[in-house]
Amino acid sequence: MKVLNIVETAYRATLEEQDDPVVWILHAMKGAGADHSVVLSGNAVNYAVMAQGVPPLMFGDKAQKHAPRIAEQVASLIAKGVQVMVVRECLKARGIDEEELMDGLTLVKQGALPKVMNSHDQVWHW
Amino acid sequence: MMGKKTLTFMLMDAPFENARTTTALRLIDVAARRGYDINVFAYEGAVYMPLAAQAKHANAVHGTDAGEEDHPLPREWVAAVMQEAARNGGKLEWVNCGLCVDERGANEAIAGVKRGSPADFWKMAGASDNVLVIPTR
Repeated sequence: MKVLNIVETAYRATLEEQDDPVVWILHAMKGAGADHSVVLSGNAVNYAVMAQGVPPLMFGDKAQKHAPRIAEQVASLIAKGVQVMVVRECLKARGIDEEELMDGLTLVKQGALPKVMNSHDQVWHW
Repeated sequence: MMGKKTLTFMLMDAPFENARTTTALRLIDVAARRGYDINVFAYEGAVYMPLAAQAKHANAVHGTDAGEEDHPLPREWVAAVMQEAARNGGKLEWVNCGLCVDERGANEAIAGVKRGSPADFWKMAGASDNVLVIPTR
């Protein structure tokens, strides 16, 4: 079974979970043999931007260690053989240039998504 | 010189599911550093924020054990802002909505957390310089 995961909501609990929960569970399922593809759309296209970081987080004297490294976690999915697609129109709407993106991505047009969906057994929209 | 401010926050989201918990606690942290008196009324899923049973865990995807992972625990963040308020001459009163606690079985909260009702929120709001409601969307 091949599943297409459309990730649209971005930075959901990333500080509290030290990663994106969807990217995390895809990693975990990949480790269990799952066959996944990913489409980053909407605000989640920013996950493909390499130059992003998280400033230090502190509450009172409790300093929180290990900030999420979203771009690295997405790049790691690609390194594991997961195809990660990014919607061109969503990049353009946010002023993100292709040069800002990590290597190994597949850029797709919005109009191509139905065909992409049809090439998978299931579509999970996160 | 301006008198000490009293601020009330109404939080509604459960932790670990979006960014609003962290954002709310950042705002509360600033108020605590300024020595303000702070009220928090935790409504619906927000009663899970100071849940005493929250525990750190290892993370195989990250390749870390529980110690290395240092997983964020909102209960620690809540305790930290309570301490910060006290350190700066203020106080942070955290009230969990009792019915919300009951329906979730979220009874075991960290020290300093009180059980209350919407009537407490009403009183807090009336006695505050300002109120910020951060609801579930």
